[in-house]
Amino acid sequence: MARIVAGIGTSHVPSIGVAYDQGRTGEPAWKPLFDAYEPVKAWLRDEVRPDIAIVVYNDHGSSFFFDKYPTFALGAAELYPVGDEGWGRRPLPDFPGDAAFSWHLAESLVYDEFDITLCQELAVEHGFMVPMHLCFDHDPGWPVRTVPLAVNVIQHPLPTAARCWKLGRAIRRAAESFPDDLRVVVLGTGGMSHQLNGARFGHLNPDWDNEWLDRIEADPAALAALTHQDIMEQAGAEAVELIMWLSMRGALTDRVRRAHRNYYAPMTTGMGLIALEDGA
Amino acid sequence: MPVQVDRSRPIADTRIFGAEESRRGYRINKFAMSLARAENREAFAADEEGYMARWELSAEEREAVRERDWRRIMDELGGNIYMIIKIGTVTGHGLYQIGAHQRGETYEEFLATRNASGAR
Repeated sequence: MARIVAGIGTSHVPSIGVAYDQGRTGEPAWKPLFDAYEPVKAWLRDEVRPDIAIVVYNDHGSSFFFDKYPTFALGAAELYPVGDEGWGRRPLPDFPGDAAFSWHLAESLVYDEFDITLCQELAVEHGFMVPMHLCFDHDPGWPVRTVPLAVNVIQHPLPTAARCWKLGRAIRRAAESFPDDLRVVVLGTGGMSHQLNGARFGHLNPDWDNEWLDRIEADPAALAALTHQDIMEQAGAEAVELIMWLSMRGALTDRVRRAHRNYYAPMTTGMGLIALEDGA
Repeated sequence: MPVQVDRSRPIADTRIFGAEESRRGYRINKFAMSLARAENREAFAADEEGYMARWELSAEEREAVRERDWRRIMDELGGNIYMIIKIGTVTGHGLYQIGAHQRGETYEEFLATRNASGAR
């Protein structure tokens, strides 16, 4: 069977990708962010050793527009090309998929009453790519096969935090019913506090963010009980995307061991990181 | 069933992108989304008015784009930041410039409010 062996909650801020592509990772203002991921890369490579990475992210106007914006969409392809979301293709290798594993996930999730949209062609963008290049070396190619799982966190009504948590539970059941022995890591991406619209643009709440980091490890049920309103009032309208971390956490058992944690809020977004080993 | 977005508790200086905003902003967001294609960016950069005329934009929407009036686009015209940023990219306005304009500040004033503005 496939096993969920670890989960990572991580920022996917697009400026991280720009700084990375420009080779600015060692600059004083960026170092506290990039340095924190070096031990995560080593941990993934040497200890977690995943075959598959399920990346829970949202599409910011790359593959989906508001003509058709799916609540949950799952990639089911052998390859996910690097997309163009308005500033050209980034210099990253395309991402290998595992269509057989994705189709198994789809079947299990749909029969488990998660009515996802299945995508046999899907270009991926910063919500997916920034976490990947922060966590994995990729020269010449990516060391894991990937499964993009896109969640609507940009056009209300959004799925609830509790629903995202339950989706994580369903992902675990789906993995455990896959016949092949595979090691799976789930990445929940986005956040933390930020707001990009209105005169409240730039709102940050580091105390709230750090409490979220405490709770995602030790008391995730409390986070799953939050409403979108609760999150947006405290942490900004766009912070609501943190509900995607609950799909990561829901895929893990109650008891986890924290391997890494970081927080940095240089500009307009709390950039959070937590790495959890399952069943510790 | 708990209320997820409580309209009786409006959040100051905040737009929650839902039914009202997505319907009002559909045209301008669709126009912005078109700029996710390189050939459309080139067409817009070469002839802004001509390119905008190819889309169903109101006179008010065209004017707001022409004037780079990000605050109006976001506050009044239903702009979604993830779409509108594509107009910003083509016209040389990054996210933080758009944000400063929404706050009613100069770019420099806005940067001075940040913890480490080198991380941009």
